This record gives sequence, C-alpha cells and structure tokens, in this order.
Amino acid sequence: MTLLHEPDFGTPERDSDVTVELTVDGAAVSVPAGTSVMRAAAEAGLSVPRLCATDSLDPFGSCRLCLVEIDGRKGTPASCTTPVETGMVVHTQTPRLANLRRGVMELYISDHPLDCLTCPANGDCELQDMAGVVGLREVRYGFDGENHLDAPKDETNPYFTFDESKCIACSRCVRACEEVQGTFALTIAGRGFDSKVSPGGTSFFDSECVSCGACVQACPTATLQEKSVIDLGMPTRTVLTTCAYCGVGCSFKAELRGDELVRMVPFKDGGANEGHSCVKGRFAWGYATHRDRVTEPMVRESIHDEWRVVEWDEAFEFAASRIKSIQAEYGTDAVGGITSSRCTNEEVFVVQKLVRAAFGNNNVDTCARVCHSPTGYGLKQTFGTSAGTQDFKSVEKTDVILLIGANPTDAHPVFASRMKRRLRAGAQLIVLDPRRIDLVRSPHVEAAFHLPLQPGSNVAVVNALAHTIVAEGLVDREFVAQRCEPAAYAVWEKFILRPENSPEAVASIAGVEADDIRSAARLFATAGNGAIYYGLGVTEHSQGSTMVMGMANLAMATGNIGRDGVGVNPLRGQNNVQGSCDMGSFPHELPGYRHVSDDVVRQQFEEVWGRTLQSEPGLRIPNMLEGALSGQFRALYVQGEDIAQSDPNSTHVKAALSAMDLVIVQDLFLNETSSFAHVFLPGTSFLEKDGTFTNAERRINRVRPVMSSRTGLSEWQVTAALANALGYPMHYDSASEIMDEIAGLTPTFAGVSFAKLDEVGSVQWPCNEGQPDGTPIMHVDQFVRGLGNFVETPYVATDERTTRRYPLILTTGRILSQYNVGAQTRRTENIRWVDEDVLEMHEADAEPRGIADGSWVFLTSRVGETTLRCVITDRVPPGVVYTTFHFPVTGANVITTEYSDWATNCPEYKVTAVEIRTASQNHVARGGQLAAVDQDGVSIDDLLDGETLAIKEEFAHERADVKLARMLDQIVKNSVGLTPEDQVERVARHLRGFWTPAMVDELAQAVSTGAVTLSPPAAAAVAELTAGAPSAAS
Amino acid sequence: MITVYVPGDSAARSVGADTVAAHLVAGAAARGHDVRLVRNGSRGMLWLEPFVEVDVNGTRFGYGPVSSDDVDSLLDAGILEGAHHPLAHGNVDQIEWLARQQRVTFARVGVIDPLSLADYEAHGGLAGLRHALTMADDDVVAEVLASGLRGRGGAGFPAGIKWRTVLEAQSDQKYVCCNADEGDSGTFADRMLMEGDPFTLLEGMTIAGLAVGATQGYVYLRSEYPDAITRLNEAIDIARAKGWLGNDVLGSGRVFDIEVREGAGSYVCGEETAMLESLEGRRGMVRPKPPVPALQGLFGKPTVINNVLTLASVPMVLADGAAAYQALGTGRSRGTQVFQLAGNIARGGIVETAFGVSLSELVNDFGAGTRSGRSVRAVQVGGPLGAYLRADSLDVAMDYEALADVGAMLGHGGIVVFDDTVDMAQQARFAMEFCAVESCGKCTPCRIGSRRGVEVIDRVIAGVDREANLMLLDDLCTLMTDGSLCAMGGLTPLPVRSALRQWPEDFGGNS
Repeated sequence: MTLLHEPDFGTPERDSDVTVELTVDGAAVSVPAGTSVMRAAAEAGLSVPRLCATDSLDPFGSCRLCLVEIDGRKGTPASCTTPVETGMVVHTQTPRLANLRRGVMELYISDHPLDCLTCPANGDCELQDMAGVVGLREVRYGFDGENHLDAPKDETNPYFTFDESKCIACSRCVRACEEVQGTFALTIAGRGFDSKVSPGGTSFFDSECVSCGACVQACPTATLQEKSVIDLGMPTRTVLTTCAYCGVGCSFKAELRGDELVRMVPFKDGGANEGHSCVKGRFAWGYATHRDRVTEPMVRESIHDEWRVVEWDEAFEFAASRIKSIQAEYGTDAVGGITSSRCTNEEVFVVQKLVRAAFGNNNVDTCARVCHSPTGYGLKQTFGTSAGTQDFKSVEKTDVILLIGANPTDAHPVFASRMKRRLRAGAQLIVLDPRRIDLVRSPHVEAAFHLPLQPGSNVAVVNALAHTIVAEGLVDREFVAQRCEPAAYAVWEKFILRPENSPEAVASIAGVEADDIRSAARLFATAGNGAIYYGLGVTEHSQGSTMVMGMANLAMATGNIGRDGVGVNPLRGQNNVQGSCDMGSFPHELPGYRHVSDDVVRQQFEEVWGRTLQSEPGLRIPNMLEGALSGQFRALYVQGEDIAQSDPNSTHVKAALSAMDLVIVQDLFLNETSSFAHVFLPGTSFLEKDGTFTNAERRINRVRPVMSSRTGLSEWQVTAALANALGYPMHYDSASEIMDEIAGLTPTFAGVSFAKLDEVGSVQWPCNEGQPDGTPIMHVDQFVRGLGNFVETPYVATDERTTRRYPLILTTGRILSQYNVGAQTRRTENIRWVDEDVLEMHEADAEPRGIADGSWVFLTSRVGETTLRCVITDRVPPGVVYTTFHFPVTGANVITTEYSDWATNCPEYKVTAVEIRTASQNHVARGGQLAAVDQDGVSIDDLLDGETLAIKEEFAHERADVKLARMLDQIVKNSVGLTPEDQVERVARHLRGFWTPAMVDELAQAVSTGAVTLSPPAAAAVAELTAGAPSAAS
Repeated sequence: MITVYVPGDSAARSVGADTVAAHLVAGAAARGHDVRLVRNGSRGMLWLEPFVEVDVNGTRFGYGPVSSDDVDSLLDAGILEGAHHPLAHGNVDQIEWLARQQRVTFARVGVIDPLSLADYEAHGGLAGLRHALTMADDDVVAEVLASGLRGRGGAGFPAGIKWRTVLEAQSDQKYVCCNADEGDSGTFADRMLMEGDPFTLLEGMTIAGLAVGATQGYVYLRSEYPDAITRLNEAIDIARAKGWLGNDVLGSGRVFDIEVREGAGSYVCGEETAMLESLEGRRGMVRPKPPVPALQGLFGKPTVINNVLTLASVPMVLADGAAAYQALGTGRSRGTQVFQLAGNIARGGIVETAFGVSLSELVNDFGAGTRSGRSVRAVQVGGPLGAYLRADSLDVAMDYEALADVGAMLGHGGIVVFDDTVDMAQQARFAMEFCAVESCGKCTPCRIGSRRGVEVIDRVIAGVDREANLMLLDDLCTLMTDGSLCAMGGLTPLPVRSALRQWPEDFGGNS
C-alpha cells in the first residue's frame, strides 16, 4: 500500500450541456463549456505548470506559471483563467513560455529559504516540484535582496504551524478559507512585496480561524503544515476511511508512516465532504491512543468494588452467567441492550441480534431515542420511510433554505460550508431558532428572516407558516393533487386554516411577529426550490414528532419533495444515527424499519437466526430505567453510550442504573455510566474498526482499520462472544459477512456489500435491484408509502412551564470544538478552545439578578441543579438561557426533565424551566452532584424556598403509573380534532405499535384501582387493548 | 449687486483662495459695495490661481494670481468695475490660453457655480439627459457608439461597445461605476471636473444607467480628494431633491441613483477589476478577465465602468449629437482630450482640445517650457506607467494611435515635464519602485519582479556586473510585460525601457 495521490485538474469541473472542442499541444480535447484551458489540458493528460491553481478553488491567476500561447491571440494568457473556445489551438510548451516560467520561478526562489532537505514538506512541495518542472538552474537576482526569510513562525494553533518565510503568497489558503470553508478568517495584508497571509492581524489561535484545515490542505509549500508531519515526517501509505464524529460522515485519507497515523486528510472523492473537513475530523483523532483508553476487560461484583482486570473469556462468562440467572429469576424481559450510534452498522446489527435472539426479547433501544427518534416516526407517517430525503449536494440547487433548530456551523461544519457556499451564491435563508446562531449573520451570509421563537413553540410556528401558505393560495396544487392522499389533504387543509393556526394567533405564543411569519412563509413558498434542514431543536421536544410531521406537511404543500434542491433533511448528530436506526435498534422494529409484529418479516429473521422472536415491542430506554427502579428490569448491556451523562434527569438515570443487578458497558474510556457498571468491555476507536457508517444522507461509507485493535478484538467479536457465552451461537469470519447478512435480510440494503463499496466508494440506500447505484434523492416519482400523507399537527404546549419560581427557559446545544459528551474531544487539543460548559444569558435577565459576565451561577430546575460560568450575550433572547453538555463536571443533564416526545419518548432537552442565582466560588458544585453545598452546609434549596423543594420532590418521585398516564394523555392531546372514534383508534394503534403489553397492562391496572384517571379516548383505547379489564371510561 | 468669482477648487484653495475670498467680501463691504461671491471651479490656468473674476455687465474680467495682500489694491483700483491692475488679464474669454482650447467636457468648469442647478441648466446642462429620455435605449447606445467616444481612463476602449454589451446582457440588476480613482502622476482633470462641474458627471452617469438598464451608479472616488467627495455628494443631494436622481428621473418614471464610495489610497484600485473588488468591500486586488465586467462586474452583475471624463463627455454627445462630437479629433481618436500639464512647466493646468494637437504645442506653447527656465529633457505622457519622450521628439500628434506608434501611450492625458537636470536612471528606478509600492501583490511578476527591478537597476547604476544585470533587467521587463495579470505590472517596463533606450548615458552607458 502506498500514499494515495489524488489527481488535481487545476480548476474546478464545469457543468454545461454545451461541449467545446479544442486542440492542446496537438491533442484534440472535448470539455464542457466554461472549462479552463488548464483543465482541458489536464483532461488531455497534459500538465501545465502551476502554483496558485488547484481544482478545489476557483481560478485566481496569480502565479503566472501556467501561461500558454493560443493561436490568433496576442500575449501569453494564463491557462487557469482562460475559458476554452471552440477550435482554439493551444500551445503549452514553447521556448517563450519556458523563459517566462523560469523567470517566474527565479523570482519565487529569490525570496524563499533554500532549506529543502530539512523542510517538513520535502517531497510534498509543489514549489519544489515546479522548480524542477520549469528547469530552474540559477537565481540571477542572488539572495541578498529584500526577502521574508526572517519572518516569525506562528505556532499558536495546536494542530498546524504557519511559517511565513516559506509563503509564496499564492492565496490558496485565503481562498480555501473563503470558498471552501466560508469563514473568511484569512486575508492578504500589506501590498506589493509586503503582501503576506494574515489571520486578520492577530495570531492563528486568536483569530476567527475554525481550524478546519482547508488552508493547510490548500498550501502548496510548508507554510501551513500539520504539526504531526513536522514531528513524524511524511506519511508513506494511505487508508481510506470515514470520520466518526457527526452525521455528515466525511471521507478521509488516513495517512500513515508505517503503523503510525500521521495525519487525516479529507478525501476529494468523498461523497459527503468532497475534500473538506472540520477541526474534529481533521485533527481531533488523538483520543484513539489517549492514555485513558481502557484496553482490557474488567469486572467487579459490586459497583462499590475496585475494577478487576480479567481475560476476555472470564468477562464473557461473568456477564453471561449473571444474565442467565437474572432471566431465570425475573423472566426473559428483565434484560436489555442499547446500541450505539458511534458504532458501525455491523456492530449495531449484532447487538440488536444479541438482544432479540440471545436475550430473547425486543428490549433494544439506541441513543437515537434521545435525538432523532421523532424523525423516524414523523417521516415514516408522512412519507413512508425514516430518513432524510436528499443528498448533501442537493443544497447546491436550493433557492431558499428553511433551517430549524440546527446550528450547522458548530454541529455539522462541513455541511455548513456547503450551505454557506450556496447562500453566498444567492440562496435565501430563513432561520427558526431561539438563539441567534452564526448563520443568521456571518461573512457574506445573512438570513432573510430569523424568527427567534420561544423554545417549545415550533409546532405553532410551522403551522402558522403552513396556514399562511394555504390561506394565501400558495399551495402547489398540482403536486398535492398528483402526489398526496386527497382525503388527508382535505382534512389537513381544514385543520390548518383554523384561526388558532394563523400567524396572528401564533405570534404571542412564539414571541415572533406575525408579519415575519407571513413573509417567511411567502418566501419559502415562492422562491423556487425550498429545502428544510433541521436538527435536535426540532426533535427534542414534547412535540418533536408533531414538528417533524409539520415540516413534512409544509414540504408537501409547497411541492418541495422529490427532486434536487428540496426535501426534508435531518442533520444527524452522531456519525451513525441513521445506520443504527436502519439496523433495527428500536424495540418495535427489525432492521429496515419493519415492525416486529409483521409475521412474514419476523419469520425471515427467525429462519436465519434460528430463534423464535417476540412479536411485540420491547422497552425503550426510559421504560428500562423505570423498570429498573420498580425492580422488573435488572440487567443492561450498553454499547458506546454514556447515558448517565447524556440522558435527561441524570439523577434519575443514575438511580436506575444503581438499582440494576448487572450493567455491562462497552466503551473506549471509563465514563459516567461505567461508574454503575459491573462489566467493562473495552471498545475500539473508529481507527480500529472494519465496517460501515451511514450518514445523514443515507450514504453508506466504508470504515477501514487504520491500526490494529488496541483490545485485540473487534467490537462485533465481543458481542458475538457474549452471545456464544449465553448459549446462542453467533459466528462471523469478518465484518463483511455481517453486512452480507444485513443485505440478505433488509430489502433496502440488498445491493450493499463491502466489495461493492470498495468498488464505488459509497452508496445511498435504498440500494437494491431497483436502485443498483443507490438513491441520492428519495420519493422522486412517488412516496415510499405511495401517496404523501398530510397529518394534522395541533400545537400542544409542553407541561414544562415557566413559573414564578422557574421563570427562565433553558435550551441546550453543541459547539464546534467539542462533541457530544466530550469523551473524545476532551481528550484532544480541542480543549484549548473550550474547556467548560458555560451558560449564555441575556443582559435583561442577568442584570436584575445581579449576575456579572463571567461569574459563577447556580442553574436550578425542578429536577436538579448545577453550577457553571455565565456569559452575558444577546445571542439568546430575554427569558431564554442556553448551555452545552460536553463536560461531565457540569452535568447539564442534571437539570433536564423527563418530559418527552409523546410519540417516541425523545426527551425534551430543549425546554427546561429554570432559575439562575449568583454563586460564589464557595458554592461551586461541580460534577452535577445532587446538592450544591456551600462551606456553611447551606444547599441551594435553602437559598430558594420550600415550594421549589416540594415540586422537586414530587417530580423526582413521580410514580411509574402516573408517568404512563401522563404519556398517554399526551398522545390524546396530539390527536385533538379527530372524531372520538378515530381518536381512540389512533391511540390504540400507537399503543400496539410502540408500547409493550406489560406497560399497557400496568396502566389498565392503575386505572381499574383508581390510582390514575385517563381522558375518555385514552381509557377506551387501553380498554380495547386489554379486553376484559374494566374501563375507567365506562 | 456685483458677482465676484473666487475658485473653490482645491488647487486654488491650496494657494490661498479661501483667504482671498474672505478678504474680498470684507473689503468690498467696507467700501460699501454689495458683492455676491461665487466659488466657481478653476479655469485650469493653475499658474494664475487664485484667479479672481468680476462680472461686469456680463463680461468677466480676470485677475491673478491674487494673494490676500493684493485684495485692497485690487479693490482700490476698482476691479469691481473691471478696472485695470498689474494682475489683470482682461476679458477672460479672450485670454489666448483659454481661447485656443476646445472646451467640451470642461465647457462649464470655472464658468458656473458648481452647485447651482439653475446655472448648470442655463449653460446647457440636462439637455443631453432630456434628449436621451426621448430616445429608445438602443438609440442612446447607438449615439454614443457613433460619436466614437473612447474610454478616457487610459485603455481607450470604445464606450459604446461597452455599453452595448451591458445593454444586451440579461440580468435582474446592472450597475454603472464611475472610476474616479485618479491616481496617475500629473493628472487632476477628474478632480477639477468633479469640483467645478459635478452635475455633468451625474448627468453622464444617469444617461449611461438609463441606456443600459442600470438603476444604481457608484462613483469610486479616491480618499485623497476630500473636496471632490464633499462637492459630489452635495450635487447628488441636490439632484435627488430636484428629481433627476431617484425613483422618477425627470418625471420619466425611470429609476437611477448614485452613491459615492470612497477609496482607501491604493493606486491599483484605479484598475477596473480591483476597483470592483474594493467597491464590494474586499481588498483591492485585480481580477482576471474574462469574465469582463460588462458581463460580470460589480457583485457579479453586468456593469458599465467608465472614467470620469468619459462619462462627463456623454451629455454633450447626447445634447449636440454624435456627429458634432465625431467632428472633433483625428483618425480613430474622436472628440476632445483633456490634457493636464504638470511637472516642471511654466504654465501648468488643463488644456482641453481636439485629439491631434502635438505634444510640442502642449509643452512649449500652452506650457511655455519649463518653470525652471532650463531646457526640456524628457516628457512623460500617460502617468507613472507611461513612456518618456525626448525633447527632440515632441512633434508627435496626441492621439491613441500616433502615440502607440512611438512606443508611448496617452493614458489619462497627464503630461509631466522634466528639465535637463533629471537623472533618467533614477526615473527608471522610480518606475519600478512605484510598482513595488503600489502593486496589489497578487501576481508574481509584479509583486516580486518590481522589487527585484529596483535592486537590479541599483546594481546597474552602481556599475556592478553591468552587462549581466542589464540583460537580467531586460528579461525581467519581458516577464513583467508578458506575465503580469494587469497593466500595473505589464506597463511598468514601458518607462523603464524608454529611459534605458533613450538615455543610456544615465545608466553608465554610452550616449
């Protein structure tokens, strides 16, 4: 294996229906109109010397090495900036050109250090190459002239250096920062001979640079160079793989020297990223070899014991025997597992298989429960499948972007760069977000509308947008008539025209101007191709699923589905959220989103797996935790998720975990959850994995092992070994065999295999006989479900309300340099940028509380409290505060409640009523402990008042049956407007589809004893499902 | 009521016109005279500034150069009645220096109150625009094309062709940009026009905008011209208030407005694509062409870019017709050119005359030779990137083609005269140094080449490896000419080579 050099055609590919034919050095070439002479020459296999040109950037014409002669034209035009013309006769090599090129190189080298032998770019330097190409033999100017050889190095960035003495002022870095990344952090300062690259007149670290690496990538010399290359030397071989951070799924060339990873370089042929990267994927991979890595299995009798390192077999035996005895004592359903969106499709597939076949139940859930489960539900109801509709490239054809509850520049930076490029080229932007995210106004990008809506009012606003579109006759009638269910549309149209959905009615709920809603709606409906992009600001609400359906309604009503530039597009949080859901990680669905009650499908799995499978939904994560506290659920296998930090109401999560008899954690590092574990199975980083990730655009990318497993086993081998220890035979020789099994059992994956992926790079599912090359855009001629389904989406306010005691709303998010619970990024130099979670609040809220910028504050909700530093900013509107959950020391999820989406139980992270008080250093309670105690032993509750404490007590001890009743009432509330019969039917269907029979029984029991009271439709539905049991409605 | 004119032009102000004006008003009042003071533009006879004019029954009598110390004696002599005085020049219209000129673009400069729209209209202002509004857009463009008007910024590209390209381009938005970044050494015509007759420029831009379908114009005006910036902005406010800029140009229902944007002191921003970058809020760096600005100009939209003098010639073309304009000039250089006499010259200033006048006539007759009284040695035409001509070769006709034939260029019409004390090797060095200081830094030949050029010339002057360095300098000049991205680097060799060729003795060679 050698270092992979990608061809560079000098200037970007041009898209044109017109073909131009010309002659270059006697060779006939045909290229699309608009192509540069340089690229045409490259297509003919001729390389024109160049330094400032590269095919990822628009031509610039500065180096003047690529001059050519063209018959009939005077002078020597630059081939990079000269477009081809029919019949053009181009000469790239003439004596005149040779003289000019040598002259240019002579000038360059007269101001360049002659230290090639000790230069870190030696062997990978375009300047060096070009000196050879043009045959430079002497520099007649000498080396005594004015020069930049003593320019100081800027080494402030943790990942790369800027050595100005080697800069040839080609502006590739500046252009990459502008054109590729869209940050505009770099510029050329000074003029003439003094022109030099500058990060805005400060150091790289203090500049607006986001360390995406595009400049380093673009630099033709050692001016911008990875520190790892300076330290380790040039890499010698390449392994193509896929980043394991966010759901963009960037392709990278892992470049190694021997077995040592030297650098990660974004891959130009990567479908998701096309050669771009962000600071995390490009640079923050050092955690993989961090000293904190646990590489040996460990067990302990009790969570109060010390960990004991054991051999793998002992760990498997320890775990298996406990699972067996728990199931013997408490029943088959007392155990369950959680799959990880960080792991490969193959790893996820075997975990859910372990649960369904070896545990013998459907108690499998995934971290998507807490992020994008409403996407799955909502898009399935309306379109028929649980996935985003577009490929990322589609945004290049979009005319208006509706961005809701997502912050792409921080959370999906590489896609954000694509989006910004399109916005700079003229597309319009509408942002729905309580917080003023960077995209609202950033260099050369400004949103047409920013609606800073109150957290929790998404559904009201999306309804008002749709209301405007319907009321003002802006519906795409033709699309609706041809593509959607007429009856459903008619019902929806009546619903959406109701006065409570008008912008005027919604304005006061959402805190935005009615006129702005109307104008934004008109823009979305009339600007051409409209695309909706959204994130967890949509899903993590009590009406997350409603909102997803609301957006789907909007897209259908405006005819924005089924072609380039449109669609409804979730921006997935983790690298393999899409894949983990595809792989059957939900308790009600087998791989490929097929319900466990589907006998035909289940039978196929039973045949291949050799076990009878349960036909009823299993437990979701919140149900498992509830079951643990009530004693029915006793053992949990958690792969790659730190639920004690990431899931809401951490106090409750930790209580549940400590109530279990067995917790198995499989991860890279000891984490918050492993504090409650009995078995620790060391996991592998993405650099050790062999398999596939599926990104937010349904693109299945290969993950290839860059280094050998630090634990000696692949994670799927660990899962298989556990299955075997449980007496369920599971054997695969390779990860590709697992994919073959997936393909054999899942129609949308039927055409997928490692061999195919190795051949074509990546495919977007569905990939099967009908779509052998995959499916970049879904629902092109018809929806997966046939006709598109409009669903009524009544706005129901969350139960989480602000009160006199908790007058502010906390909402949460993510930042660029850190990722999720921070397990990876905290173990890299990324902490140089941000090393703590901070609370953003508006001056109007800070001032009356006497809170100063940068001071410590208590953040208290009905369920918990923590302490963190405060930043006063007008990014958040008055009444709303914001923080992140990257640092366990803050434990922001101590604050968040267990309120969740009515359909999927996705937690309502985005809306928590809170109060903020100043805290002195003495009060600082880090680590999310239950009580913040100051030196005098006074808790935060004492500082507040009795009422606060009472509410907290009540909430913390909400009975399981009360909780179930509350959830069911939510379902009823979300189906208002239906006839009573339809309402009962919808609730019953929901219970059958998503609730375990045990949960329904428990609720029926509570109803019969009068412990809880249900609304009539809910009671009727419960009665219907538990025929024979007394109904409270009767 | 007697009207007295004291130029408000910044050249006049720089030699005390403000004090002279104040003394005149005070002195007249003290003597019981009711005087109306007008701060007109300069007539362009800069050696006579401050040049005071008194209107006596419609005849303007001129006095200059007037210092504030002269005011009392002038008033006492009775200049308010047009009386004689040692500083008197008689009837201004009959001053030979002016009378010999053919003032078209500058017809009103120095004559009218620059900000009086009534004055402007009384002297033929707005006739061109009014006529244009009666014509089809195509016909306006055809008229400009037929006039033979060529760009006065230096390149001499036919304005009508540029306009037609913009007219025919399909776009939701088009622009007109006036390049008022007058940076060439020895040039000041743009400034004097903007200070002395700003409405003419606005009228020309408006005609251009309406003809090509642009609704917004920008004047890119160098920061070194604060008076012009103020004057032009005042004129724009007046034109808007009077309804010939804005949403309903002269009641036609058509839209055109103009905004002044200030430059930031870069010579290269006078290059049209660098100017566009600067107008867009970026660093002023040259863009490669194609695409030409007429198709993808400001903010990527079709844009007419013309120099101040080009646009200021347009009202006359439309008012008097293409034929009248075409009647002036010679060969393919039609109309008039505003020459600017500067440097070591006895009578510096503005000479507007039809193309074809000889350089000798301009330097020796209008200019009356050097100010130092010594003999002329060299004349640089066309700014810092223009060629030097020897005193014995000034017989050349001043038009685009004739100058090109002798290896020179007209540029913006600046003429800088040097006497026999000039060191031409230092002038060649200065050309490279100017380029090194003013280069935008984008292309290599200009960015590094100009710096090395200074160093090589220094070595030649010092006699170090003279032959080898002369050969290197020649190679460098070829590289800069053929390899530079724009005219900045591409033309810098012109003065260098012309100096080397014609004055080898100054470089240590044999004459």
